[in-house]
Amino acid sequence: MNTDTHAAHADDHHHGDSRAHGSFSTYMLGFVLSVVLTAIPFWLVMSGALPSKQITALVIMAFAVVQIVVHMIYFLHMNTTSENGWSMMALIFTIVMVVIALSGSLWVMNHLNSNMMPIHQMTGMK
Amino acid sequence: MSPDLLKLIFGRLTIESLPLHEPIVVGTFAVVATGGLVMLAGLTYFRLWGYLWSEWFTSVDHKRIGIMYMILGIVMLLRGFADALMMRLQQALAFGGSEGYLNSHHYDQVFTAHGVIMIFFVAMPLVTGLMNFVVPLQIGARDVSFPFLNNFSFWMTVGGAVLVMASLFIGEFARTGWLAYPPLSNIGYSPDVGVDYYIWGLQVAGVGTTLSGINLICTIVKLRCPGMTMMRMPVFTWTALCTNVLIVASFPVLTVVLALLSLDRYVGTNFFTNDFGGSPMMYVNLIWIWGHPEVYILVLPAFGIFSEVTSTFSGKRLFGYTSMVYATVVITILSYLVWLHHFFTMGSGASVNSFFGITTMIISIPTGAKMFNWLFTMYRGRIRFELPMMWTIAFMLTFVLGGMTGVLLAVPPADFVLHNSLFLIAHFHNVIIGGVVFGAFAGIGYWFPKAFGFKLDPFWGKLSFWFWVTGFYLAFMPLYVLGLMGVTRRLRVFDDPSLQIWFIVAGIGAFLVFLGILSMLMQFAVSFLRREQLKDVTGDPWDARTLEWATSSPPPAYNFAFTPVVHDNDAWWDMKKRGYQRPLTGFKPIHMPSSTGTGIILAGFATAMGFGLIWYIWWLAAASFIAMLAVGIGHTFNYHRDFDIPADDVIRAEDARTKLLAGAK
Repeated sequence: MNTDTHAAHADDHHHGDSRAHGSFSTYMLGFVLSVVLTAIPFWLVMSGALPSKQITALVIMAFAVVQIVVHMIYFLHMNTTSENGWSMMALIFTIVMVVIALSGSLWVMNHLNSNMMPIHQMTGMK
Repeated sequence: MSPDLLKLIFGRLTIESLPLHEPIVVGTFAVVATGGLVMLAGLTYFRLWGYLWSEWFTSVDHKRIGIMYMILGIVMLLRGFADALMMRLQQALAFGGSEGYLNSHHYDQVFTAHGVIMIFFVAMPLVTGLMNFVVPLQIGARDVSFPFLNNFSFWMTVGGAVLVMASLFIGEFARTGWLAYPPLSNIGYSPDVGVDYYIWGLQVAGVGTTLSGINLICTIVKLRCPGMTMMRMPVFTWTALCTNVLIVASFPVLTVVLALLSLDRYVGTNFFTNDFGGSPMMYVNLIWIWGHPEVYILVLPAFGIFSEVTSTFSGKRLFGYTSMVYATVVITILSYLVWLHHFFTMGSGASVNSFFGITTMIISIPTGAKMFNWLFTMYRGRIRFELPMMWTIAFMLTFVLGGMTGVLLAVPPADFVLHNSLFLIAHFHNVIIGGVVFGAFAGIGYWFPKAFGFKLDPFWGKLSFWFWVTGFYLAFMPLYVLGLMGVTRRLRVFDDPSLQIWFIVAGIGAFLVFLGILSMLMQFAVSFLRREQLKDVTGDPWDARTLEWATSSPPPAYNFAFTPVVHDNDAWWDMKKRGYQRPLTGFKPIHMPSSTGTGIILAGFATAMGFGLIWYIWWLAAASFIAMLAVGIGHTFNYHRDFDIPADDVIRAEDARTKLLAGAK
C-alpha cells in the first residue's frame, strides 16, 4: 500500500531492492544453521559435556550471538548496502546501545556489589 | 453466591475496593461522573457519535491522530495538575501539628499519579501528537508509513491512560513514587492493586509509544519528498527522528523491567526482592537506562519546535543548521551514557560516579551550542513577538537556569547533599516545564492555524503565558531554597514552622499556573468563537519557511495535491522567493489508506486484558487476549485497506483554495 501511495517517490528512494530477498536455498541454509546452533547448546546442557556450568553458560551465549548474526543475514537480509546503508547504520547503533547498556550495567552492579554488601566485607575483614 | 464463585468472576474486585470511605475521592467521582454524563448526553443529543467514530476514532489520517494525541495530553494535564494543586495545598497546610487534609494513603497515591500522568500521559502525547501532525507535512508526504499502526498506537496510549484514570475510582493507584522502586513495589510491601495498575497502564501505553516510534522513523527515512536529503530536513524533523530512535532503543528496556517486576509480583520470582539473590538495585539501574533517554525523548522535539519558531519569527534562516543537527545527534548518543547520575548515592565507587558525572556535564555542551544557535538566529533578525516566540524566549531564560542546576547536581559530592531533595524536584520541573511544556505550548500556538485554519486568540494566550511563567517561578524557586536547606521530596507533614512560608509561596505559584491553564482553555474557546476574525486563508499565516506551510490550512486529507520538490533547507521560503506558482490543473486521483476500526477495538481488548490482570480476573484477561488475537488475525483478511480520492474531488478542493487565495490578495 505504501509503495503505491508514494509511487511518485519510487525513483528517488530505493524501496529495498529485489536482490536483497533470499532464495529457497539461502532460507534453507539459514534454517539448518539455526537448528544446529540451537541443538548444540541444548545438547551441552542435557549431557553436561563441559566440566563447569560457567563455561557452558558462556558457550551458550557465544552460540546465541552467532545465531543472531545468522538470523540477520539469512532472514532479515541485512548487508552493508541494503536500504541505502540504513540497515547497517541501524545495526551499528543498536550494537552501541546494547554494549553500553550491558557493559554499563555489569560495571555498575559489580561496583554496587563490592561496596554495598556488608556481610561480604565483614567476612573479608576476618 | 459462594465466595469461590464470586472470586472466580470478580477476582480481587469487591465492593470494598471502591474508595467509598474517602470523601475527596467520592466528591471527585460525583463531579467527573456528572460531567461525563453531560458530555455523553450532549454527544447523543447532537448526534455526534457517528461523526466522531467515522471521522476521528477510526481515522488513519496522521493529522487527525496528531490532534487526538494533543487532546489526550491536554485532558490528562488537567488531571495531573489537579494532583499538583492537591500536593501544594497539603504541604502549605501541614505545619505545626496539623496533618493537612490528605491522609498518607491518599497523599502517596497523589504524588505517584502526578508523576506518572505528567510524563506518560501529558508530555508524551503532546510531543507525539506534534510529531504526528507536523512531520509528514514537513517532509512532503501524504501520511505516515503505516497509517493503521498509527491509529492503533494512539488508542493503546489512550488505553493506558484509561487504566490509570480507572485506578482513581476502582481500587487505588501505586503509592511508590513514579518509578515504583522495589522492594517497596514488590508484592510483600505493596500487596494491593496500585502497582498493578501502574504496571499494566504503562505496558499498554508503552506498546503504543514503541510502535509509533517505529512508524515515525520509517516515515522520515522512507517518505521524504524528492530533493529533501537528510541535511535538508527541517530541524523539527531531525529532532523527531532522533527522539523516535531513542524511543525504539529505550522503551523495550522499560517493557522488560516492568515485565520482570510483574513476574516478581504475579508468580513469585525473585529478580528484585531482597532475598534469594534478588537485587532491587538492578531495577533502579535498568529503569534509569530507559528513564534518562526518556527525558531527552521529551525535550528533543521541543528543541526542534524552538528552532522552527525562532527562525520563522526572526525572519531568518536558522543559524548553524549543521551544528544544530550534530548537536541533536550527539545528545541522542550521550543520553545513553548518563543514567547513573539518578542514583549516585546508591553506593557505586568513585570511578563509576565520576565517569557518569563527567558524561552528564558533557551533555551540556551540545545543549549550550543549541542555545547559542538560537541566540545568533535572533541576532539582527526582525523579531515578531507573537505568542510562540514569547514561549521560546521564556524557554531560553528558564531552561538555562534549569540546565545550570542540572550541572550542579551532576557533581557527585554535591548530589550526595541534594539527592532526593526538593532541589532536585525544582531542577527537573525547571527543565521539563521550561523545556517540554513551554515547547509544546509554542508548538500548539505555532501550528494551531495549520491544523484548524484560524489563529489562536492572542489576548487570552498572553494572559496564559504570563500566569504560567510567573506562576512557574513562584512555585519552584522556593523549592530550590528548601532543597538547599535539606527538605526531601514526597513529605506529607513538616515540623519546622520556619519552612511554611516557602511552601505558601510555592502554593501561590501553583495557583497562578492554574489560572494559566484556565486562560489557555479560555483561549481555545474564545478562538473557536472568533474563528471568522482569526481566520487564515493563505495557509501561511506566519510567513514561515518549511513545507507544511505550502499547503492549505487545514490541509486536505492528501496533504499535497502534487508531491513537492525541494531545492533548499527552508523549502517553502525558497519556493516563495523563486515565485512558486501553485499548479491549477492536471490533478490526478490520489491513492490513500482507508479508515479502520480495528485499532480502537484491539486497544479496547488490550485495556480489558490489563484490567483483568490487575484484579486477577483471569477469565477476562484470557478472553481479551484471545479476542485480540482473533481481531488481529481477522484484520489481515481486510482487503479494503485503500481507496482513490477521485480526481474530481481533488479538483474541487484545489479550486476552492484557489478562490480563497484570490480573495485574500
